[in-house]
Amino acid sequence: MATHINGSWELGAKMTALVVDDDSINQTIHHRLLEQLGIENQVARNGKEAIDIHCSGKKFDLILMDRDMPIMNGIEATRKLRAMGIRSMIAGVSTRCVKQEIQEFMEAGLDDYQEKPLTSAKIISILHKIHHSGSISY
Amino acid sequence: MPLSSRDNPSHFSTAANYCFRDGQESAAVPGRLHEEVPGYLDEQFNQLEDLQDEANPNFVEEVVTLFYSDSARFIHNIEQAMINKPNIDYGKLDDYMHQFKGSSSRCIKTFRQLKLEHATLKRKLETYFQLVKQAGIAERR
Repeated sequence: MATHINGSWELGAKMTALVVDDDSINQTIHHRLLEQLGIENQVARNGKEAIDIHCSGKKFDLILMDRDMPIMNGIEATRKLRAMGIRSMIAGVSTRCVKQEIQEFMEAGLDDYQEKPLTSAKIISILHKIHHSGSISY
Repeated sequence: MPLSSRDNPSHFSTAANYCFRDGQESAAVPGRLHEEVPGYLDEQFNQLEDLQDEANPNFVEEVVTLFYSDSARFIHNIEQAMINKPNIDYGKLDDYMHQFKGSSSRCIKTFRQLKLEHATLKRKLETYFQLVKQAGIAERR
């Protein structure tokens, strides 16, 4: 569980995250942002890869889910993960800012939504929600 | 059409004056990237530089290289979609725009201006990274 101390994250148990994004730049930046915060993470290129990774038995504290991806988009992937019983924090990330599009994504089962570009501050606000929920559950 | 700083003097004269003095490359160490290319990169670009450290010394350059590789493809896709008159697939065009993360414009003239400035910025960024490397070599001597 992450503890917020003096503005920086001190990690008790190592947190894990999955970056789900088809864009290579976002993959690189989001991976590095999480790494810098001490969060072990890996990357999936689309929703189907994210599902396959979970089917292999891996679980994560946090999933950063892009909305628009080929093969399986973020909305469908989020629905499928929730249907599989995955209760990880799923934060949707997208450039989309139309209210109905965000709502559609949220209703798929997101815990949070952040508009791109993702920053350290936005990730920390997501981590605060994990901390305040008091649990990390799969 | 050949590109030079004369094509966009209002955007690049400041950066050009820093990088080149009387035709000679400056030996000065470049500052923050968004300060060297004003009007093109905002302060959020500082975030990328903050992600660079000893373990990831070329992180910014890697991201910029990725950006130009991907964005060239996106720009090409957008241009092809926009000139496909009268059967413009606006759904596909919308997807390409979101991919490019830029503002959606259906004006081909405006888009071509964006394409021009994209190429000019790329040239300036390449010069910047060369100077950073030279400054690094000079410091080690």
